[in-house]
Amino acid sequence: MRPKLWSTSYYVLAGGFAVLFLFPLVWTGYASVAPAGATRQQDGYGLGNYAGLLEYDAGLGRYLWNSTYVSVLTVAFTLALAVLGGYAFARFTFRGKDTLFIVTLAILMVPYSTLLIPLYSMLGDLGLRNSLTGLALVLTLYQLPFAVFMMRISFEAVPKEIEESAMCDGAGTFGVLTRIMLFAVWPGLVTVGLFSFLAAWNDFIAPLILVSEADKAVLPVAIANLRQQSMGAVDFGATQAGVVVMALPCLVLFALLQRHYVRGFMSGAIKG
Amino acid sequence: MRHSRKLAGALYAAPVAVFVLVFFIAPLLLVGRMSASDWPLLAGDLGLNMPDNYTGIADNPLFWPAVGFTLKYTGIVVVLLIGLSLLLALIVADRRKGTGFFRTAYFLPTTLGLASASLLFFGFYSPAIGPLDPLLEALGLGPVSWLGTPTAALWSTVVLIVWKFAGFFMIILLVGLQSIPPDVYEAARLDGANRWQSFRHVTVPLLRPALGLVLILSVTGSLLAFDQFFILTKGGPDNSTVTVVQLIYREAFQRFDLGAAAAISVVVLAALVVVNIGQLRALRKDT
Repeated sequence: MRPKLWSTSYYVLAGGFAVLFLFPLVWTGYASVAPAGATRQQDGYGLGNYAGLLEYDAGLGRYLWNSTYVSVLTVAFTLALAVLGGYAFARFTFRGKDTLFIVTLAILMVPYSTLLIPLYSMLGDLGLRNSLTGLALVLTLYQLPFAVFMMRISFEAVPKEIEESAMCDGAGTFGVLTRIMLFAVWPGLVTVGLFSFLAAWNDFIAPLILVSEADKAVLPVAIANLRQQSMGAVDFGATQAGVVVMALPCLVLFALLQRHYVRGFMSGAIKG
Repeated sequence: MRHSRKLAGALYAAPVAVFVLVFFIAPLLLVGRMSASDWPLLAGDLGLNMPDNYTGIADNPLFWPAVGFTLKYTGIVVVLLIGLSLLLALIVADRRKGTGFFRTAYFLPTTLGLASASLLFFGFYSPAIGPLDPLLEALGLGPVSWLGTPTAALWSTVVLIVWKFAGFFMIILLVGLQSIPPDVYEAARLDGANRWQSFRHVTVPLLRPALGLVLILSVTGSLLAFDQFFILTKGGPDNSTVTVVQLIYREAFQRFDLGAAAAISVVVLAALVVVNIGQLRALRKDT
């Protein structure tokens, strides 16, 4: 009798939490297609709110393109820097190695907002303000500590023998990197790529500060503007449609790459 | 051979070095210089004015309320987040029927961005389309203004943050829980420890590194809160939910004073370094 009671109360508690955590997610999907006053979906269920987003300002297509461009570029920058840097830290000794590694990790200690003020001014001097490429460079900066750390431990985990036999066959260090090591560290590459994509896709404060032209806005800023700009009447339906559009790629990536999510957290736990 | 290997290593590290120099070290130096200068947003550098930007911080009527609010918010969020994420981790720690589903359910909000989650709750709390007032009405309770008073706005934001991050911290604690060897529990049980005693004297001490990581991440994240308040409450009502980072944003882009914003940024940086060193020390001493 007692184990049964224990088991029932376990499922009541666990299930209750599951309902609480899932409810807002289910609700936003529902609200984006449900009829409601003061939205683009007045009668019956339908995609009126999404259609509204397509025409809003520069158009959903534009914002999707901007967000995708920034995210893909951030992933490319991050992977390029972290692969070369991680390889250097894992397999070579050179002057200033430890200093450079510690300084790279120290980026984590400095608040985002502290660097955005001078970066705003610097990007202006470099002609990169209001530039999606400039934004991607800044987003890369904040991915660097995790990415370099992750790639360093990935390279360190590859047995040295594999490399040495290739060296004996006359391959240079770059040949070893591109022809052998990259295949050995691909789980690390996926984790770094996943995390930097999600961070860039979802970032809000950097594009808010660094990109002010309306047709260069990324999705989170565009949807937040949608909420702010109309006086008095906020288009809540379109806002929730925007939330769904932003969330879908994140949910799909989660479904496809679950194992790499946990891998990233585990290395975080080791770091702490 | 050895010499060329050194050169090769330096070459592979060079892109990171250049990048860190340009996008990290240079802005770090520049923020110090800006904080000591008269630096309007549009006009740019008008020369040193030390210590005006720093003395101006104390005169800013929003500064101390923002500091007080940020600390209060951090305290609430950290306690609730650690408590709930530990509870969730314990719920899903043992493999039994359904734990896979529960893990995924608790974790799903983490996959959203913070701005998306804030926009979601912006609608969720709204009287226009939010589901809460109809639910309360069905129970015979009146509508609640979820963001209308300072207290309501604070707690509504806390709920959003706990919802968004509990699953993330649950996973960190879960990894910690699973790294505790089962024989330690077995030994405690043989010594006659009950469920609570083995939790108190085995789980909590051995979970310390994971708890430490959760503590540092949640403290830092809350002290630097921006997106959730910018989107959900806009700092209102009556500036009651303005955080320190929001104040930096306002100084820079609403009052167009980059010098003042830089000075607050430097203070925040210093405070955060002190807090993090303090936490690391405390955690190390105890273990």
